[in-house]
Amino acid sequence: MHEAMVAESIIDSILSQVPNKHGRVIRVVISCGQINAINDEAMKFAFDIAAEETICKDAKLKIKHIPLKATCENCSKKFNYDLYDPCCPKCSKNDIKIGEDAPLLLEEIEFEEN
Amino acid sequence: MKIKLAQKILAKNDDYASANRKFFKRNNILCINMISSPGSGKTTILEQTAKALKKKIKIAVIEGDLYTERDAERIRKTGLQAIQIETKGACHLNADQITKAVHKLDTENLDVLVIENVGNLVCPSDFDLGEIARVVVLSTTEGDDKCVKYPGSFAKADVLLINKIDLAKHLDFSIAKAKRDARKLNKHLKIFEISAKTLAGLDKWFNWLIMFSGRRARRPK
Ligand SMILES: [Zn+2]
Repeated sequence: MHEAMVAESIIDSILSQVPNKHGRVIRVVISCGQINAINDEAMKFAFDIAAEETICKDAKLKIKHIPLKATCENCSKKFNYDLYDPCCPKCSKNDIKIGEDAPLLLEEIEFEEN
Repeated sequence: MKIKLAQKILAKNDDYASANRKFFKRNNILCINMISSPGSGKTTILEQTAKALKKKIKIAVIEGDLYTERDAERIRKTGLQAIQIETKGACHLNADQITKAVHKLDTENLDVLVIENVGNLVCPSDFDLGEIARVVVLSTTEGDDKCVKYPGSFAKADVLLINKIDLAKHLDFSIAKAKRDARKLNKHLKIFEISAKTLAGLDKWFNWLIMFSGRRARRPK
């Protein structure tokens, strides 16, 4: 459950950045790469727990999954890498160069002042 | 009000990790982050490694476990320095825990520092500890579909140790399949088939360690 640690880091970063704390966070958007292995259900569950008793309580978490880019070294085709079927969609070879996986990012928050 | 942040969530961990990596490079320490499921035989591999190499290179171990000092005690019996980090239930180690543990070690003339991560193939792979190389251990008792199920651990590794090969013939574990799947994810992966019990294949692993250790430390590719 590394999602728990990720959730705590998200809440920590939000709390250190919200301009003034007179209000609440209603929406949080994060993005992650495929290799980060973020499970949506586990992530949302962990987020809700970490958000308890903070201004993020009841905020909606949106998780964007960024595909892993790959290039076929045989036919040069660029495509989104499928971890479960790792071969080139054009020539079916699996001599593939995988790009950098997207990092875990806190993209944006929506803050409602009161 | 929408606020754009575009901030790395694990930035704090990454800062500690890069400080650790700088320290290891400056001191020519080959730091290895060892990742596997529970029961894959990491501690036994380390015991054998200690026995075989302790006269040739200086090795220390940081043990990460949910609870107990048991593994560190096993390592100390072989004569190596070992520091235990108890994560108290956390499923992986963080880079700042490594920073603290390293301060407790005698790193003078240290060639190799092995971090035995918490037994878990999912979570540790997301946390850079500042290691120079990452080693994943897969044992034949776990099933040969692990690479497909936990791609992160294999995609980010430098070395794969397939352990307990002496048992493979009794199990439905295809070493060839495991190797094929792992290579698909990571074609630079160095793969050694070993048995920490019978010592089969371990010499290749020992050679790799010596080759990249200490004075020659650099990222093995
Ligand atoms: Zn192709």
